[in-house]
Amino acid sequence: MKDRFNLYRFASPATFYPLAGALTPFFFAVAAVFGLAGLWLGMLVAPTDFQQGEGYRIIFIHVPASWMSMFIYLIMAGWAAIGLAFNTRLSGMMAQALAPTGALMAFLSLWTGALWGKPMWGAWWVWDARLTSELILLFLYIGYMALTAAIDDARRADKAGALLLLVGVVNIPIIYFSVQWWNTLHQGSSVNLSKSSMATTMLWGMLLMAMCFWMYSIAVAFMRVRTIMLERERNTEWVKTLLAGDEK
Amino acid sequence: MFKIISAVISRDLKLAMRRQADIVSALFFFIIVVSLFPLGVGPEPDLLRKLAPGVLWVAALLATMLSLPRLFADDHRDGTLEQLALAPHPLGLVVTGKVIAHWLVSGLPLALIAPVLGIQFDLSTDALVVLTFAILIGTPALSGIGAIGAALTLGLRGGGVLLSLLVLPLYIPVLIFGAGAVDATVTGLGGEGHLSLLAALTFASLGFAPWATAAALKIALE
Repeated sequence: MKDRFNLYRFASPATFYPLAGALTPFFFAVAAVFGLAGLWLGMLVAPTDFQQGEGYRIIFIHVPASWMSMFIYLIMAGWAAIGLAFNTRLSGMMAQALAPTGALMAFLSLWTGALWGKPMWGAWWVWDARLTSELILLFLYIGYMALTAAIDDARRADKAGALLLLVGVVNIPIIYFSVQWWNTLHQGSSVNLSKSSMATTMLWGMLLMAMCFWMYSIAVAFMRVRTIMLERERNTEWVKTLLAGDEK
Repeated sequence: MFKIISAVISRDLKLAMRRQADIVSALFFFIIVVSLFPLGVGPEPDLLRKLAPGVLWVAALLATMLSLPRLFADDHRDGTLEQLALAPHPLGLVVTGKVIAHWLVSGLPLALIAPVLGIQFDLSTDALVVLTFAILIGTPALSGIGAIGAALTLGLRGGGVLLSLLVLPLYIPVLIFGAGAVDATVTGLGGEGHLSLLAALTFASLGFAPWATAAALKIALE
């Protein structure tokens, strides 16, 4: 009987390494297509906002970056849960590969927010609920990366990092609501599934840019996870044959 | 269940009493940090009254954090921790006992000294009462959450700095509601809501944090 196609086969670094390598250019290409379409729609087609002028166009970077910074943390926590529950090797590697991209997104979101805030609010930074919780999210990313970097034993680093991620994900709603009750100035959410307050082209531009950021994150995480795999598995047979093959 | 918790508490308290200098130095750290602020921002009573809740709470967070590495480090070094992990009792209960003992020697003294420091900041009597009460019911949450960080960084190089990176972001809700309770009292809004949320945080963290800490300790002991 022929072997059925099995997704779990790719839970092993030896099989996932070539798969990630093959998929990376694909995700980069998709990210480029979405990015070009999103930028074209956002920068050229979307109408000028009657209140905020041209300055509002930074939301085409800002909002997708904020979404991704939160989404990536959830994905990392998901990998953490899988890793702790099933003791899989790949989960920890994926979580570690995603962390720098997540931190980058959080930083981008804060930075573009500051660039937008200066002309709109007249201040680079205000202690508002959403800004503050995004800053705290950046701290959580940095704490995770610092913890995993400080532990030499890769298995312990994975597990300790996974536990920290789960603790963090439980705390994120608490932190978010505590900060929100503490102070609120940020404009309400503009995207609403039933009734959006934005022009349709703006919404599409933003969604396309979000897809672009998403695909980019996957591509970069795959690249990073490949390096992590090689580093951790350098003493195994498959890495040795792979590297020997490269040298020929 | 209460037997094992109380046994761990009395053991840890006995150990702490043999090394009272540790307790006192954390307490004086708290006093010194709080006293530095008037020197930095100037002695105007209005300004100080406004700053007081935040300054006292931030100092309390830092003082609690300073004593966290010792929570498990000594037991880890002499092998006690491994024996505790091997014991038939759930490790979470042992950790609960250790967290309560840690609060008794780190959080409780802070709450007792806080009103004296509050007077330096010209707080009213009402505000002093709320401040003391807030620190009293808020610091157990700090010990509980901090225990997770202490267990995760057990035996790592640069553990102290790393611990602050991990733990301080998680302390933010406690800081907000703790300082918010005093602020609300000063402005006349009443701090009951903040105090209730603070108590909720404490109960939640005392209920859940020991089990996360136990999992972290098992990872560290592997």
